[in-house]
Amino acid sequence: MSQGVEVVGLYVRDQDEALAFYVEKLGFRVHTDARNGDYRWLTVQHPEQPSFQLGLFTPQSPMLDAATAQTLREMVAKGAMPPLVLVVDDCRAAYDRMRARGVEFTQEPVARFGSVDAGFRDPSGNGWKLIEARR
Amino acid sequence: MSQDPELLRRLLRAKDRMDAASHEDWPVRQLARVSGVSAAHFARSFKEAFGVPPHRYLLTRRIERATALLRDADLCITEIAFQTGWKSLGTFGRTFRDVTGESPSAIRARERAAPYDLESVPACFLRAAHRPDLTIAVSEKRRQEARGMKESEETEVP
Repeated sequence: MSQGVEVVGLYVRDQDEALAFYVEKLGFRVHTDARNGDYRWLTVQHPEQPSFQLGLFTPQSPMLDAATAQTLREMVAKGAMPPLVLVVDDCRAAYDRMRARGVEFTQEPVARFGSVDAGFRDPSGNGWKLIEARR
Repeated sequence: MSQDPELLRRLLRAKDRMDAASHEDWPVRQLARVSGVSAAHFARSFKEAFGVPPHRYLLTRRIERATALLRDADLCITEIAFQTGWKSLGTFGRTFRDVTGESPSAIRARERAAPYDLESVPACFLRAAHRPDLTIAVSEKRRQEARGMKESEETEVP
């Protein structure tokens, strides 16, 4: 595939904390970690999805004014950012594994309509659904 | 109006707890403890952050869950009332009608007759979208309906 979505970014409150979470707790890999002064372009990748990068960015100047950056930090912290879905083969096994690593789950695995889903948050407040698709 | 993101993150944790177990009672004291603040501070901050007082938020989650069970589960309405946190069927029926405008049995009949064509939307998100938008207290809603007022007239009252 040569065309398509390559990077989608999340806002996080702290890039070091986010990096540790996505790599150590979720098993993602670092794709790019480049700094330029105060700016840090940080993306991670799911090990089975080499064509897609998840960006972990902080709302900051000079791209955003201070008031806008503050508003975004508040939005992330109150869980107001859009839905995120992580698809897994086995939701209950992934739940056990991630919980043991200290992931903050907001919903235990629930079976509905043949699929199983659970919910967790990253340290910043971004909400993920962990979904085992119907077979 | 600006709130400390660290506080908001902890308030979100209390909201998540209500989401995970909306059938439980959740005294403000307990929610405040989850957020690491005093009870008075919690109630005020929660409303400022999420636009509704904590217990009204809990009510919307209960109604959302009851609606889903009415549609999807083969349980009688009494059982659904108890499973979603009400102590009496009468209170459940009355509150449900006041919030949604329909009785539990009417919603059940209508939802079951409607084709379920949203299969590619994850069920968990679909539910949240059908949560009642309870911008005023149920008691106020009752008063307004009793007076035959429209919600839009509320601000016109001097």
